[in-house]
Amino acid sequence: MSREKQVPMRQQDSDIRIHNFDEVPLGYTEEEAILEAERCLQCPNAPCGEGCPVQIDIPRFIDHIKNRRFAEAIATIKEENTLPAVCGRVCPQENQCQVVCTLGKRLEPVAIGKLERFCADWEAEHERYCPEVGKETGYRVAVIGAGPAGLTAAGDLRKLGHEVTIFELLHVAGGVLMYGIPEFRLPKEVVKREISALEEMGVKIEVNKVIGQIYTVDELLENGYNAVFIGTGAGLPRFLGVPGENLNGVYSANEFLTRTNLMRAFRFPEYDTPIKVGKCVITVGGGNVAMDSARTALRLGAKESIIVYRRSEQELPARREEVEHAKEEGIKFQLLTNPIRFIGKDGAVAGAECIRMELGEPDESGRRRPVPISGSEFTIKADTVVVAIGNGPHPLVPRTTKGLKLSQHGNIVADPKTGQTSKEGIFAGGDIVTGAATVIEAMGAGKRAAAAIDRYLKEKK
Amino acid sequence: MYTILSKMTLSSQIREYVIEAPEVARAAKPGQFIVLRLHERGERIPLTIVDADPQAGGVTIVVQEVGKSTREMGDHFHAGGSVLDFAGPLGVPSEIENYGTVICVGGGLGIAPLYPIARGLKKAGNTVIGIIGARSKDLLFYIDRMDAICDELHVMTDDGSTGRKGFTVDPLREILSSRRKIDRVWAIGPAIMMKVCAEVTREFDVPTVVSLNSIMIDGTGMCGGCRVEVGGEAKFACVDGPEFDAHKVNFDLLMSRQSFYHEEERCALDRYLAAEKEKEQREDR
Repeated sequence: MSREKQVPMRQQDSDIRIHNFDEVPLGYTEEEAILEAERCLQCPNAPCGEGCPVQIDIPRFIDHIKNRRFAEAIATIKEENTLPAVCGRVCPQENQCQVVCTLGKRLEPVAIGKLERFCADWEAEHERYCPEVGKETGYRVAVIGAGPAGLTAAGDLRKLGHEVTIFELLHVAGGVLMYGIPEFRLPKEVVKREISALEEMGVKIEVNKVIGQIYTVDELLENGYNAVFIGTGAGLPRFLGVPGENLNGVYSANEFLTRTNLMRAFRFPEYDTPIKVGKCVITVGGGNVAMDSARTALRLGAKESIIVYRRSEQELPARREEVEHAKEEGIKFQLLTNPIRFIGKDGAVAGAECIRMELGEPDESGRRRPVPISGSEFTIKADTVVVAIGNGPHPLVPRTTKGLKLSQHGNIVADPKTGQTSKEGIFAGGDIVTGAATVIEAMGAGKRAAAAIDRYLKEKK
Repeated sequence: MYTILSKMTLSSQIREYVIEAPEVARAAKPGQFIVLRLHERGERIPLTIVDADPQAGGVTIVVQEVGKSTREMGDHFHAGGSVLDFAGPLGVPSEIENYGTVICVGGGLGIAPLYPIARGLKKAGNTVIGIIGARSKDLLFYIDRMDAICDELHVMTDDGSTGRKGFTVDPLREILSSRRKIDRVWAIGPAIMMKVCAEVTREFDVPTVVSLNSIMIDGTGMCGGCRVEVGGEAKFACVDGPEFDAHKVNFDLLMSRQSFYHEEERCALDRYLAAEKEKEQREDR
């Protein structure tokens, strides 16, 4: 086996997988994982670890794999990362640990993400490694929101010996991992497994608890919690603000994916929640959520699934891997295009009037600003439209917590190093602070906040 | 799991449940709603809170059996049993204060959410005129309860089987035309009823509140499925509402969006009824 290229991961063929919701990449075998692990140079300066938002000791876990010590490998990962099976699947490693890999300067970098996933999958089939829980401190911490930020904060706080209760408003824990990311990219059984590991450590999870309504954050502090972490994530979907957007058949990506993933609408009527997908589906946006929506549409029976994005392919914010997967599955890309109006027929969407765009001067994001080309309007037929252009902050906790400093957009203002908010004892992290970002960035914020909460509790004593 | 403390039949299709959920009961206010899920395969059903007893920990809801899930609830979920999920209170509470004289209009199932609002308004010192109505006698409920808190109550049925024959908007128009000073109107019921009530109160320039029951998934400010157009802007019924200024609501859009899944709702109900029938026949044999 040459050292030049990564050991490829087997995956479901595209013509088969577009008819099912099963996971696309199938994972490494032990032998494949060892072969890939052998590519690692074990550099003494280990730049990869620096690139990891939760600072996993990457060379060490890879060395364990190389030497067939798989239990030690997963234990090493779990020292720092509460959700390895999730991160191994959905982290953008190509921009994090793998982008700084020494091997990657000349050859393909080590497939760190795939190896992480291998370890987590190996653990699922063998004995579960439960991280050690420190001596009970007697401190109680409330975590609001059971998404990536909250789960990570809860895991780390529990390891430090604090009593942790997570309050989740939906009927299951997991947040975006359960309602947002599709089954074919992140099987829900995998998420449930990671969460049950946290519960095994003694983290309490209370679902159906609407904080902000049943108790305010201040009431939690008055009722015996010594600190609160807010990780309530993204909420209300953004819309384009163009005519026809409220027509039937125009979904926000949140609704489209929640119906499918959380409510299992792809199994209607066996499950009670329906979803309606026509022959031709347009998804507006260029991020991972847009790719997820367009690929979900195909699996729900769409004959044609088109991504409409206002910039060019180079600026697509989605992971390269997701774009490739989408292309393999036959998703069409209508780039440098923006909808200006949705056309209705009998109350339901029938098409999108679009305008072609060209790239102008760079904007505040550093990307070249798309500018409409006047007179270039054209129409795309569509039975279903999914708007995947982002979300605002989840409104409930910011709206009900008096005196909490918010940004202009309604996000909670928090110190990026500690998650400290404007109020004592209240910390926050993840999308509720930063606006929509990645799972791993939210996890990093949860981790930093957990450390800061631990310091806060000890100093307060 | 949330225990069903009691179940009472209000009419042939309408039942009242008290569900044990102490934290919800403690926080619930008139105008808010909950989301419940019957079982692992169930949908999230938004239902307006009718009453809450912080001492006993019970939350009262009223369910009209119109679709698969609500039929199933009526058929198989009894006192002593439980529902899988129950979350709330959600939405912004009604603005209860002393306005002077108010009219509370409730149509069909809308009488259920109207009742705690009318009661709150009465307690706040208002003179409360109640108007409740339904298609026919067997869909009407809470007449006594409304009678007990209203200074004046008008009961209407479309077919005249009880009360006066006609629509709830009829007495509303008569009262407004009589030049009595009315300070505010609440109208809760089917979208078409709220629409016609809003049209009448607009003529007389009386501020009017409606509660919108658009289709929701999470009910917490996440999916955007419940968006409605109010004053030309998109609003989310779950977190911006469910109550809105009736004179600004685009009711036609609301009705159109409510009807989007009719086909699927029909299919789910037919499938359920067929399965129930088969079960019955098997048991008979």
